[in-house]
Amino acid sequence: MTELSDETRTRAAAPTHPPPREVAPTTRSGRRRPRLPQVGERKVAFLFLAPWFLGLALITVGPILGSLYLSFTDYSLLAPPEWTGLDNYARMVADPRFYQSLEVTFIYVFISVPLQLAFALALALALDKGLRGLAIYRSVYYLPSLLGASVAVAVLWRQMFGAEGLVNAALENLGFTDLPGWVSDPDYALGTIIILNVWTFGSPMVIFLAGLRQIPQMYYEAAAIDGAGALRRFASITLPLLSPIIFFNLVLQLIGSFQSFTQAFVISSGRGSPADSTLFYTLYLYLRGFGNFDMGYASALAWVLLLIVGVLTAANFLVSRFWVFYGDD
Amino acid sequence: MATTEPALGPDLDPPRGPARLGRRPRLLAHLFLILFGLLMLYPLIWMLSSSFKPTEEIFTQPGLWSDNFSTDNYVEGWTALPQPFHIYIVNSLIVVGGSIIGNLLACSLAAYAFARLEFRLKRFWFAVMLGTIMLPIHVVIVPQYVLFAQLDWINTFWPLIVPKLLATDAFFIFLMVQFIRGIPKELDEAARIDGCGHFGIFWRMIIPMSTPALATTAIFTFIWTWNDFFSQLIFLADPDLYTVPVALRTFVDSNTQTPWGPVFAMSIVSLGPIFGFFLAGQRYLVRGIATTGLK
Repeated sequence: MTELSDETRTRAAAPTHPPPREVAPTTRSGRRRPRLPQVGERKVAFLFLAPWFLGLALITVGPILGSLYLSFTDYSLLAPPEWTGLDNYARMVADPRFYQSLEVTFIYVFISVPLQLAFALALALALDKGLRGLAIYRSVYYLPSLLGASVAVAVLWRQMFGAEGLVNAALENLGFTDLPGWVSDPDYALGTIIILNVWTFGSPMVIFLAGLRQIPQMYYEAAAIDGAGALRRFASITLPLLSPIIFFNLVLQLIGSFQSFTQAFVISSGRGSPADSTLFYTLYLYLRGFGNFDMGYASALAWVLLLIVGVLTAANFLVSRFWVFYGDD
Repeated sequence: MATTEPALGPDLDPPRGPARLGRRPRLLAHLFLILFGLLMLYPLIWMLSSSFKPTEEIFTQPGLWSDNFSTDNYVEGWTALPQPFHIYIVNSLIVVGGSIIGNLLACSLAAYAFARLEFRLKRFWFAVMLGTIMLPIHVVIVPQYVLFAQLDWINTFWPLIVPKLLATDAFFIFLMVQFIRGIPKELDEAARIDGCGHFGIFWRMIIPMSTPALATTAIFTFIWTWNDFFSQLIFLADPDLYTVPVALRTFVDSNTQTPWGPVFAMSIVSLGPIFGFFLAGQRYLVRGIATTGLK
C-alpha cells in the first residue's frame, strides 16, 4: 500500500483541527485537480457493501419472506412445513390469548410511552434553566435507561414489587396494611412493568435537552419584551419548535415499547402470569414458537406484529403533519 | 469554524445567557432535582446494599444500613448455578467481543460506501437500510432459528455474532454515515493524490478520523449485547453456554424460594460492566443518543 505523504499525514493526524473546508486541495502548480474518473467505483461500492448485502438477504429480508411463507404452514421444526393456507390466521382470530396479548401490549404502550415522554420533557425543561451541575443530573437521570432493559433490573423489580418486597416494606413503615403482592396480582402486575418503562425516561430526556438547546435564546427574549408569560412562551415557542423532537421520540419509543420482552419474561417467570396479565405480544410469540414449537403460528403472529408496527408508524407520520412544525413554511 | 466531531451533533452544553432563575427558585430547583434523582436511583442503591445483607434482612429492611454486611452472598451466588459465574461472564464476553468487532468492521465499511461512493440505486438502498433499523427482531426470529438450526449453529455463539459481521445493526451504519459525511472530502482527495485507493482512504484516513463514532458504536454495542436477553435465550439452550442474563434468569426461577441475597449479588456483578462503561464513556453516550436517538 502506498505511503501517505507528510502533508496528508499532518492533516489526518490532527483530527482536532481539520482544515477549514474552503481550502481546496491543489496540485503543486496551484490548480485545483479535477476529480479523477472513478473507474469501477460501483464495483468498489459493492465490495464495501458486500457484508451488508449478505446480511440483508440472509438475516433480514430472507427471514421476513420466510416467516410470511411459514405463517401459511404447520411447522414444528421436526417435519417439513405443511401448507395449511390461512389456517393459522383463522386460529388467531379465535384465540383468546392472542387478544389478551394484544390488549396487554396496547395498554402497556399507550400508558407508558406518553408518561415516559412527559417525564422526559418535564425534566429536560427543568434542567434547561442554566443550573449548575447539569452534566451530573443528566447522567443520574440517564443511568436507568442503560440498565432498564437488563435482566438484573427486572429481577430487582420482581423483588421490589413482590408481596414482601421493598415497596411493601416501605409502605408498611408508613402505616399501610393489607398490601397486595403487586407482581403476583393480576390487577397490578402490568402496572409494575409500566413503572419500569417510565423509569427509563432518561434517553428521550437527553434528546429533548439537545433539542431545547437548539432553540435560539432571542425568541424568548423577544417574547418576554412583548410581555408573554412563562406559560405562553412554552406554548408558543418551546412546544412548536420542539415538536419534531417530540415526534422523533414518540416514534422511537412506540416501536421500542411494542418489542418489550425481557421485563415481562423475568417478572412473570416466562409465563405472562398472573392470569396472563403480563402476556406481552412478544412473549406470547416466544411461547408459541419456542415453547410449543408451533413455528407456523408464531410466524403468523410475527407478521401481524410487523403490520401493527408498520401501520402505527405510518399513522404517526400522517398525523404528524398536523402537529409537527418544521420551520417557516 | 470546523468542529471537532462533525457529525456527532451540536455542542450539548453551550453557555446559556444569564441564568434565567433567581437565587431562591434556583435552590428549590436543585433541591427538587436532587431528591428526585435519589428517588430514581434508590432501588439500585438499595440492591447494592442488600447484596451485602443476609437474605432475611432484605425482606424486613427498606433502609440501606445493616450491622451484618458481608460478602457471603457473592461467594454463595458465584457457585450456586451448575457452572461458576465467571463461565457465564466469559460466555457473555465472547458474544459481546464478537459483536463489537462485527459492528465496527461491517458497519463502517457499509457506511463508507453510503457516505462517499456513488453506485446504482444508492437512495433506494439507503432507505432500505433505514427501514431495517425499525424492524422488530421478533418478526425474523423464527426463520432465523430455522436457518441456524440447519447450519447446526443452535447452542453455539455464531447466531449471535455472525449477523453483526453482516452489518445487521443498521443503526450504527446510520451513525457512521452521518459522521463520515462531516469529514472534509478534501482529505480524501489528498490521500488519493498520495496514491490511496478507496480501501486506502477508508483504512488510513476515514477510520482513524472516525474514532468518536467508532467509540460510540463500541460502547453501545457492548451495553446492548451485554443486556440482550431475547436472542441469547433462544439460541443458547445448553446451560454451559449461558450468558450472564440467561444465567441470572434461571437463578431467579431455580428454587421455589428465590435466594434474594445471592441473586442480588450476581445482579450487581452483571450490572458492573455497564456501569463502568457508563462512567468511562459518558461523553460518547450522551452525544450518541442526542444525535441518533439510541436507547
